[in-house]
Amino acid sequence: MNAYVGTPTSRVDGRAKVTGTAKYAGEFTADGLVHGFVVEATIPRGRIVRLDTSEALKVAGVLDVLTHANRPSLADKDEAWKDEVAPEGSPFRPLYDDLIRFNGQPIALVVAEEWETAKFAATLVLVDYEQDGFATDLEAERGSASEMDKPHRPRGDAKGALAAAALRHEADYLIPTEHHNPMELYATTTVWESDGKLTVYDKTQGVQNVHKFLCAVFDKKPDDLRVISPFVGGAFGSGLRPQYQVVLATLAALALKRSVRVVLTRRQMYGLGHRPMTIEHVALGARPDGTLDAVTHEAVAVTSRYEDFSRNDTGWAEQLYKSPNSHFSHKLVDLDVSTPCDMRAPGAASGVCALECAMDELAVALKLDPIELRLKCYSDRDQSEDLPYTSKQLRECYARGAEAFGWARRTPAPRSMRDGKELVGWGMATGVWEALQMPVAVRIVLTSNGHAEVSCAASDIGTGTYTIVAQVAADALGLPIENISVRLADSALPQAPVEGGSWMAASSAHAVLGAAEDIRQELARLAKAMPDSPLAHLDAANVALVDGMIGRNGAAVSIADVMRHSNIERIEKEKLNQFAEDKSHARNTHSAVFAEVKVDEQLGVIRVTRVVSAVAAGRILNTKTARSQILGGVVWGIGMALHEETAMDHRFGRIMNANIAEYHIPVNADIHDIDVIFVDEPDDRINRLGIKGLGEIGIVGVPAAIANAVYHATGKRIRRFPITLDKLLD
Amino acid sequence: MADLTDQIPERISINLVVNGVRRTLEVVPWTTLLDALRDRLELTGTKKGCDHGQCGACTVLIDGRRVNSCLTLAVMKDGAEITTIEGLAKDGTLHPLQQAFIDHDAFQCGYCTPGQICSAAGLLAEGRARDADEIRELMSGNLCRCGAYPNIVAAIEQAMSRS
Repeated sequence: MNAYVGTPTSRVDGRAKVTGTAKYAGEFTADGLVHGFVVEATIPRGRIVRLDTSEALKVAGVLDVLTHANRPSLADKDEAWKDEVAPEGSPFRPLYDDLIRFNGQPIALVVAEEWETAKFAATLVLVDYEQDGFATDLEAERGSASEMDKPHRPRGDAKGALAAAALRHEADYLIPTEHHNPMELYATTTVWESDGKLTVYDKTQGVQNVHKFLCAVFDKKPDDLRVISPFVGGAFGSGLRPQYQVVLATLAALALKRSVRVVLTRRQMYGLGHRPMTIEHVALGARPDGTLDAVTHEAVAVTSRYEDFSRNDTGWAEQLYKSPNSHFSHKLVDLDVSTPCDMRAPGAASGVCALECAMDELAVALKLDPIELRLKCYSDRDQSEDLPYTSKQLRECYARGAEAFGWARRTPAPRSMRDGKELVGWGMATGVWEALQMPVAVRIVLTSNGHAEVSCAASDIGTGTYTIVAQVAADALGLPIENISVRLADSALPQAPVEGGSWMAASSAHAVLGAAEDIRQELARLAKAMPDSPLAHLDAANVALVDGMIGRNGAAVSIADVMRHSNIERIEKEKLNQFAEDKSHARNTHSAVFAEVKVDEQLGVIRVTRVVSAVAAGRILNTKTARSQILGGVVWGIGMALHEETAMDHRFGRIMNANIAEYHIPVNADIHDIDVIFVDEPDDRINRLGIKGLGEIGIVGVPAAIANAVYHATGKRIRRFPITLDKLLD
Repeated sequence: MADLTDQIPERISINLVVNGVRRTLEVVPWTTLLDALRDRLELTGTKKGCDHGQCGACTVLIDGRRVNSCLTLAVMKDGAEITTIEGLAKDGTLHPLQQAFIDHDAFQCGYCTPGQICSAAGLLAEGRARDADEIRELMSGNLCRCGAYPNIVAAIEQAMSRS
C-alpha cells in the first residue's frame, strides 16, 4: 500500500526549482506592467507634516506617487484589516493616514514605467515630520510591562516552594529581536485583468487569508480578485499575515487601472514582523536528588503600540518537567516598533532556550549529568491539563541522541576537553513543540488515463507540501507518483489555512486521504456494476486501489477499464477533512539536541562542529524532506545561538543592521556535521497516519544546547543571545 | 530644482550572449545585469535577494566565472557570454549539479538554488575545492536561509566526483 509514504522521495517540484522555471510572486508579468517603489518613514513616531512629491512626479516615466493624501479608498474599520492570524489590536494600515508608528513604515509608493525610475524618483520625495517622544528599548521600559492572559494556570505555591527549595537557580535570559530574512524579497504582482478583476501574485503563506483580507480592505467581492502564490522563497512565519506590499500593489493597480509590481528592498523587509525581543526570567527550585519542587517562568516581550502579539514562551516546562508547583506569566511592553509576528517555533524557540539553559545551570549546581537531571524530572503527562500524551518518545530521543553523539565520553568539568588550541564543549537540550492539525479540503480529479490532479489552497513555503501531497495521493489512489499532479496556493482552490505551526503535513495528508476515499468508493460502485465484474461479490468497503487496479486478493479490474466501461472520463471529489476533537490527550513533538562547540580561547571564535538532533515526531512521511526540515531548523538554531540579532539604535529608534551582511545568518562555512535521527514513534491516536509535523521542532532546543556547550567549553555562562565572541572575551 | 526629466540617462545599445543566444537590448546605464536578465529578458531564474552583493542569489556565470549580477551593470558586459540557470541543462538533460541538488534535497524553498548551482558550477571550473571544508568556505557567498547547507555540500561533492 505504501509505495511512497515513508520513503525518501525527491521533491516533485525539484526540477522546476533547479532549472529556474519555478515562478515566485515578483516574477509574474503582464502587458503594461508598471513598478512601485516604497518610500519609508525615517522616524519611529510622529506625524507627517509635509509630503512633497512634486519633484518625483517630474521624472520622466513616473506615473504617480501614492500617499495617504491621494490614495483610493481603503476600509476604515479595524475588522476589515484583521486577517485570520491577526493578534488583538488595531492592525497597521499602509498609506492610511499621516501617523508614523515605526521607523521604516511605508509612507508613499512611487509608480513608474520602470523599476529603476521608480527607485530614483523615490529619493526625490521630500518629507517633513513632527516627531513625538518614542521608546524602542525593552530593557529600559521593562517596568511598564503589562500582563497577558495565558492558558497555563498556576499550580500549587511556586513562590513558597521556590523560597524553601534546597537548591535554586534563577536568571534572566535575553533573546534579541530577530528577522526572518527569507531569501526572496517580499513582492506582489497585481495584474489588472481586462474585465477589471485582479489576479494577485503574492508572497504569502496563505492565499485565502490574503484573499479575504484584500476583499475586506478594498471592499471587493470574492470573485473580483484571486490570489496565487505557487512558489514562496522562504517565509518562516513572516508570510502568515498579509504584508503591506500586497496592499500597496493592489492599491496602485486600482488607482492606475494597470498591472503593478511592488518588490520590497531587503532593508524595507526589516519594517515587517520580527521575533520579539524577550527577557525570559526562569527560576527553578530543586531537591538535592534533582527532582523539582518549583518552576516559574516569566517572559517580558516587545510588542507594538497598536497590536498585542504574544506566543507561548513560558508554558513548556509543564510538558517537560515534573514539578508540584509552577507559575507562568507573559508580559508585554509597548514600543514604537512594527508588530512582532510568528517566527519559526514562535514562543518555544525563545522560551525553551531559556528553560533549557536554566536546566543546564541547575544540573551544574546539582553536580548531575544534564540528561540525568532531565530524566529525573521527566513528565509522562502534560501537567497543565493533567493529560497523557498521544505519544512521547522523548526518553528514546535522549538515549539515541546520546549514543550517536558519544555523550558517555563527556567529562563534566568545564574547560576539561580540548582539541589542540581549541576548547571543546559538549552541551545538550530538550526540544518540544505542538502537534497541531487544522481543517483542510482537497479536490482530486481522476481521469481515465490514470492521471490524478490533487488541488488545495495550501502553500508550500519550501517545506515540501507538493511532495507529501503527491506521495499520499499516489499511495491512496494506487497510482505511480508520476501520474499525480499537485496544484497548490490559489485562493480559488479548496479551503486551507495559512501554512504554519507545523500543521500542514498532517492536515493536508488527511484531506487527501478523505478525497481519495470518496474516489475509491465511486470506483468500487462502478466496478461492481460492470458486466461479469470480478468484484461483484466483494464488499465495496474492502476493495483497494493498488497499481492502477481496484479489487482484492487478485480479484481486480483496472481503473482505466472501470472508467471506460462506465463511460466516465473523470471522477471529481472534494472533501473537507476535520479532525475529531479529542481533549483527552496532549499532542506534542519532542527532540533531544546535542551540540559540540570548539572555541579558540585567544580569539573567542566559536564553531559548532557537530550537532545530533534526535526527533520524535510520529510517523515520517518523507525521510528525505523531513531530514531537510530538521537540518534547516538546526541551522536556524545555530544562527539564534551565535549570530542573529537585529540591532536598534535607541537614540533614533532605527535598526542599524537592516541588511544581510550586518544581520548575520549562518553561511555554509558556519555549518558542519549535523546528524538527524528520527526516533520511531507510532501514534495511532493522534490521527489516522500518525503524523505530527516537523517545521518548528528542528530549531527548538538548539540554541540552548549550543549555549550549554559553550559553558562546558569555557566555563562562561552567556545569557544574552547571540553568544558573540566579544561576550567570551569580557 | 531643474526639470528632472533630463536626469534619466540615455539608453545604450548592448549585446549579450545569454545561454548561447545573442541578445541585443537598449539599457539605461544604471540597469544592473540582474535587472536586465529578469525584467528585460524575462530570465527570472536568476534571483534577487538583496541587490547588494550580500546573498549570492543572483550569481551567474560571465565568461565562465561566477559573478554577482546585482553588482554588475549591464553596460559593462557588452559582448560578454553569460550563462544563467536556464542555460545549464542541455537538450532537456539536467546539468550534473542540477541532478545532484535534486538527489540530495539541496534546497527547500528553491529561491537561492539557481545562484547556488551557478556558483557551484563556477567553483567546479575553478578547480579550487578539494574537500567538503573547501566547498563550504568557497560557497559561503551564497546564503541559504532554509539551511540546506549540508545537502548543498553533499550535492557538490557528488557532482565533483563525477566530473
